[in-house]
Amino acid sequence: MNNTLETVRAGLAHRRRRETRFRWYGRIAIFVSLAFLALLLTSIFARGYKAFWQTEIAVDVHLDPGELVPPTPEHLAQADLTGLVKRALREAFPAVKSRRQKRALYRLVSSAAPYQLRDYVLAHPQAIGRTVRLWLLAGADVDMYMKGYFDASAPESERRLKDYQIAWLERLKRENRLRLRFNRWFFLNGDSREPEQAGIQVALRGSIYMMLVTFALSFPLGIAAAVYLEEFAPRNNVWVDLIEININNLAAVPSIVFGLLGLAVFLGWFGLPRSTPLVGGLTLTLMTLPTVIIASRAALKAVPPSIRYAALGIGASPVQTVFHHVLPLALPGMLTGAIIGMARALGETAPLLMIGMVAFIVDPPRGLLDPATALPVQIYLWADSPERGFVERTSAAIVILLVFLGIMNLAAILLRKRLERRW
Amino acid sequence: MQPQTLFWLLLALSAYGYYLGRKQALTVSGGKIRTLHSLPDYYGYYVALWCALPALAILSLWLLLDDKLILQWVLAELPPAYRNLPQDRLSLTVNVIYNLLAGERQAGDVDPALVQAAEHYRQLKSLGYQALTVLVLAGATAALTWARRRISPKLRARNRVETVIRIALLLSSVLAIFTTIGIVLSVLFEALRFFEMVSPLEFLFGLKWSPQIALRADQVGASGSFGFIPLLVGTLLITAIAMAVAAPLGLLSAVYLSEFARTRTRAIVKPLLEVLAGIPTVVYGFFAALVVAPWLRDFGAQLGLTISSESALAAGLVMGIMIIPFVSSLADDALTAVPRSLREGAYGLGATQAETITGVLLPAALPGIVSGMLLAVSRAIGETMIVVMAAGMTAKLTLNPLDSVTTITVQIVSLLVGDQEFDSPKTLAAFALGLTLFVITLGLNLVALHVVRKYREQYE
Repeated sequence: MNNTLETVRAGLAHRRRRETRFRWYGRIAIFVSLAFLALLLTSIFARGYKAFWQTEIAVDVHLDPGELVPPTPEHLAQADLTGLVKRALREAFPAVKSRRQKRALYRLVSSAAPYQLRDYVLAHPQAIGRTVRLWLLAGADVDMYMKGYFDASAPESERRLKDYQIAWLERLKRENRLRLRFNRWFFLNGDSREPEQAGIQVALRGSIYMMLVTFALSFPLGIAAAVYLEEFAPRNNVWVDLIEININNLAAVPSIVFGLLGLAVFLGWFGLPRSTPLVGGLTLTLMTLPTVIIASRAALKAVPPSIRYAALGIGASPVQTVFHHVLPLALPGMLTGAIIGMARALGETAPLLMIGMVAFIVDPPRGLLDPATALPVQIYLWADSPERGFVERTSAAIVILLVFLGIMNLAAILLRKRLERRW
Repeated sequence: MQPQTLFWLLLALSAYGYYLGRKQALTVSGGKIRTLHSLPDYYGYYVALWCALPALAILSLWLLLDDKLILQWVLAELPPAYRNLPQDRLSLTVNVIYNLLAGERQAGDVDPALVQAAEHYRQLKSLGYQALTVLVLAGATAALTWARRRISPKLRARNRVETVIRIALLLSSVLAIFTTIGIVLSVLFEALRFFEMVSPLEFLFGLKWSPQIALRADQVGASGSFGFIPLLVGTLLITAIAMAVAAPLGLLSAVYLSEFARTRTRAIVKPLLEVLAGIPTVVYGFFAALVVAPWLRDFGAQLGLTISSESALAAGLVMGIMIIPFVSSLADDALTAVPRSLREGAYGLGATQAETITGVLLPAALPGIVSGMLLAVSRAIGETMIVVMAAGMTAKLTLNPLDSVTTITVQIVSLLVGDQEFDSPKTLAAFALGLTLFVITLGLNLVALHVVRKYREQYE
């Protein structure tokens, strides 16, 4: 007896150490996972926040009546606006003579500058004939310089900006003709090959349209399927079991396979147009439906049977019981599940690549049948672009996507907190 | 009339039907609702359903079929020179007609017979719409009047309406089966066409994957070979790395959170971990390609290792992080499902908390944990964006995690993004890969389900 006690006591220190060690393994595991999360979020935010600002250059443009009259959209489309911008730049830097330097000079402003000029003239026709100071979108290299991405100490041949270009920029800075402004273009423009002009408008609209389609289809269908399985389906029936197993399996099918399904069925058989929010939404509907059904069934299960018995007891039919009593009580839970399913669909990329939503699209879609792209697909496309300016654009687009997801999840949590019932 | 307008008109008509039906029921009852079999609303629904459903059925059937039918008619009227063309040339002709209809091509530079065919098509189509309008509206009105006539106090309107509702509910749950059948059929069908061109044995056991097809017959080194083994090895390599990260981290965090952590810590840490699961995979892909891969390459360079800038290690590592919450929440569920009595029994025998966990809880929760791991593996195999952005495109048969490898999903994407023609083995190979992916993940899911069902301990 004494002997046993001795053995236990002798082993105690060892066992306690093991206990502590085990706890620390758990803490370290959690710490490592959360550290990765922090690293991921900070690295993306640190790269992305600068894209919300954009460099602009003040240029004194002479609005030559010979070019600009009459100031109608049709006439201005023909007019040599680029020439006016170039002339203004030459006048600002009269010392520039060689052809190569002139070309470098023109690149200070973005290729979107003539369109800015056009918009200005259309808005202020009375200014024609005068010389006005316009804030024009700067080229990508200037933008990178202003945001401090350039290492001026590197040898000149390895830099994107030559010494004389840097001298021009310094002069502009001294004259307060170079400024960083909130980047509204990023929210207003579609995709572009030039980083300084690229925006998320098309992707954002495409994503919103797709979410509308997905929600409009997957929410009612998911609820209907869950109601059938939970309330009306016969128990111990082979067919019902088959449907159940099927739904659980579909929830685990890789998303890219749904993309193949969408490609073969919606584009191949039904001949719907490629790259459209309608097809994207349909494909994502099939993908989210299992999630919505599973969440909705859980919500229905949480409604206590007493509600059903009471309704049946006063003479309601089974259908009336469900639609008048059970469903209203389960609806908040179902909605929460649907929002979480939608949040997953919003971030999904692979199936959309399959149905051709990778197209390069500049004009915002106006309906479900216009070609569009989606936010995550836009991120994928920009991540592939070699130009340096796209790294910050990609990160900024990711920040927007994460903000959207955060809002959706927050809505789901608040909804659950607010409408949760204890029976 | 355009089908869209027709659809809204039909809805309006059936709303009117609801109103009429309700009013009729009240009239028939003579003001005493209790003489009716059902509540007045149900008579309204009854008429509305009769008005809408058959007409909607006609409408959707028409929309599904009219293009194909009209095309057959138009093709039959073409000059014999066109009619006897082989299938692929004929579909080119059809494309020309469609382009003419969309106004994308000027009529001047095409065969006048085709212009005429396009015109014919347009006429038939508009004639079809006219017929459809008459048919649908007349049908709906007739059904409405008929249903309204049938209303009497004895009509069991509620039961009829409820039957329709039940059928609709059943149909929505059957949609899941249709989706599966759709996946299997569409993928299988295209995969079979692929296997007509490439033998299944070569696909399953071939050691070389290079799907480039020769553009010219005499081109060198581009014959196209479809050996699936390098892709499988690449996929499994990345999955193994991911699981090596996710399994210990996920399992240990689950154990800590469910057994050691205080309630408040748990309430904060668990949702934070779940944020990892909510981040879109394209973000992980970007992170892997932009942060992790360069960091690994520089780190390797310091150690004197050459790590490719698109390495299996970077992709696997990041994928592992993504899967952590998946593993931890499934393990957490399995651990919480172990009854208290087992825990208390172990404590009663004098075991420490750690000994209870390793000796009692983990073995008891093992089936749940194993099935969770299998689900995580199936997710890693099917994951696309991370590997597309961070793993690489060239199929190498290697087990070196520092090298770049390619996976099944990467190849599906690279084969299908861009221009596609549905009769080249290159495009069809993607469907064969999709089929294999589907079969592998389905198998893993079924095994996971089986493990839980068969080995779960019953504590009652």
